[in-house]
Amino acid sequence: MSDTQIRHIPDRLDNPLRSAIFSWQSLLLVVAITIFVANSFATPYFLNPWSLSDATFNFTEKALIALAMALVIISGEIDLSVAAIIAFCSTMMGFALQFGVGTPGLVAIGITTGLLCGAFNGALVSGLRLPSIVVTIGTMSFFRGLSFIVLGDQAFKGYPLSFAYFGQGYVWWVVSFEVVLFLIMAVIFYFVLHRTTFGRQIFVIGNNPVTAEFSGVRVRWVKFLLFCLTGVMSGLAAVLLTSRLGSTRPSIATGWELEVITMVVLGGVSILGGAGSIIGVVLAALIMGLVTFGLGLLNVPGIVMSIVIGSLLIAIIALPILAGRLRARMER
Amino acid sequence: MRKLLKNREFWLALALAMLILGVTLRAPGFGATSNLLDIFNNTSILVILALGQMVVILTRSIDLSMAANLALSGMIVALLNAAYPGIPVPILLAIAAISGAILGAVNGLLVWKLNIPSIVVTLGTLTIYRGTIFLIAGGQWVNADQLSPAFIATTRLQIFGIPLLSWFAILIVIVFFIMLTRTTIGRALYAIGVNPMASVYAGIDVGKTKFIAFTIAGTVSGLCGYLWVSRYVIGSVEVAKGYELSIIAACVIGGVSIAGGIGSVGSALLGALFLGVINSALPIINISPFWQMAISGAAIILAVIFNSRTSRQKGRIILKSARVGK
Repeated sequence: MSDTQIRHIPDRLDNPLRSAIFSWQSLLLVVAITIFVANSFATPYFLNPWSLSDATFNFTEKALIALAMALVIISGEIDLSVAAIIAFCSTMMGFALQFGVGTPGLVAIGITTGLLCGAFNGALVSGLRLPSIVVTIGTMSFFRGLSFIVLGDQAFKGYPLSFAYFGQGYVWWVVSFEVVLFLIMAVIFYFVLHRTTFGRQIFVIGNNPVTAEFSGVRVRWVKFLLFCLTGVMSGLAAVLLTSRLGSTRPSIATGWELEVITMVVLGGVSILGGAGSIIGVVLAALIMGLVTFGLGLLNVPGIVMSIVIGSLLIAIIALPILAGRLRARMER
Repeated sequence: MRKLLKNREFWLALALAMLILGVTLRAPGFGATSNLLDIFNNTSILVILALGQMVVILTRSIDLSMAANLALSGMIVALLNAAYPGIPVPILLAIAAISGAILGAVNGLLVWKLNIPSIVVTLGTLTIYRGTIFLIAGGQWVNADQLSPAFIATTRLQIFGIPLLSWFAILIVIVFFIMLTRTTIGRALYAIGVNPMASVYAGIDVGKTKFIAFTIAGTVSGLCGYLWVSRYVIGSVEVAKGYELSIIAACVIGGVSIAGGIGSVGSALLGALFLGVINSALPIINISPFWQMAISGAAIILAVIFNSRTSRQKGRIILKSARVGK
């Protein structure tokens, strides 16, 4: 018996994919630190707790949606309607305000509207098995269109003072409510995606929906839930954004869907589904926030920052591919 | 007859005709030839862009950067025209098309050589192209008084009672029809959409074909850049912002399958016209223009549902027997 060797069977396979994701996160971390240091040298106003706190407002709302969007994209679907959901939720809150609904009611209405919008997307994608990219292009026009019908060229204003806390309040010193909420959500999403069966199922679906189906994963149900989740997070972002701006216009959050998706993809989530991590998305959100804020301090117009973000998106995906090719050529 | 009933374009054309008829009952002037020609002229740019987008979608890709490409190419020729009014219009048109082709080729190269999914590539280039407009124009607009009369007249010139802009659309519809139905590249575009693996075995270079598709989409975007600036007499960063999704919407309404391989010149044309007719019908039947967005959104959703119903029987469902077995 003594010569029986103990064989180590790893409970996780150390496959190349895993190490690739790992290096991706390190790459993002390096980029984030570089940008942070570069910003500190470029402008004297950057390394100031209040400036840094202001910087977080640039990305927390989008990042909240990015967390849920990451799960949707990992499952092999996409949701382009998130910004339109924000507009519709904000409009519904403003509408309720006209009837004197108080702060708790407004928050409930915002989040419930988000949930319903998400469920609508989910029903079309899961129930009728339609391609999500087209469905959400449709609902994107539809939801924002509903806001335009309600509001036209008007705006809802006069939100109660207590409502302003969500987007403008601070929990402690320079730590805003938005940042705290984002961090809590990031931890929750990390556990859901990386530590639960549900999270595992999302990866399986993204990698191979047919296998998932045969393995007893309720593919359509999971996808439906993910769209609901994205809707809820969009509703939450709508509460924060409306509270921060203090008014609702139908054009609120225009173009956010592409920024959120950029964040997710930059975070190393495969647009084809099946791979990605919450840590990557959080880092990507941080990078985008730092870049926008740092360039803003240097008086670079927002539209030029978008060049940097766009180049960053392509470069950070292209570089590992090019490096891999170079390595393959060297070995040959 | 049965073939006709199964034809998606036939149903869409019927729906379009019904729509026009319905609006005409409310407002008799709507169905008049002159008004319909007007609608066609207003939709011309969307028709051209939808054709370009369709070619990309056929290959299982998507181009989100078309509107940004349009705006950048438009800005380039607008600036050239403002600085050197002497450059003749045909040369400016060529410059717009070439600049569009180059921008499209950049997308195509990234998709072809690096194998990055097209949605990611064009999401990136969309923001890069938009930002570049700001850089080259220094944040300025190009206004009507800076453009030469010949530049502005390009889209307005009447030939046989139809503006030149419409003729551009007609010409490009014909070119695309020939390309998609009569050439090997047209065959290849469909083939790699239907089955990329089989296409490789058939000797089609999938990556290169995608590259060509993106270059085609870029070329028409660049051309439309000129047409847009000439028609709306403005060059700015905001030109055609958010239009990329209208282009895709036109394709989807026309029945172009986002999964690739399904779509025709007729579908892109009818899809774009459908949106155009709705947009011009709303004010006439006294519906606030603010309804337009929600209605086109609803039209997209309905079109997808309808298209999935008609195409469902075509595919062989392999899993079905397994499910029955349970």
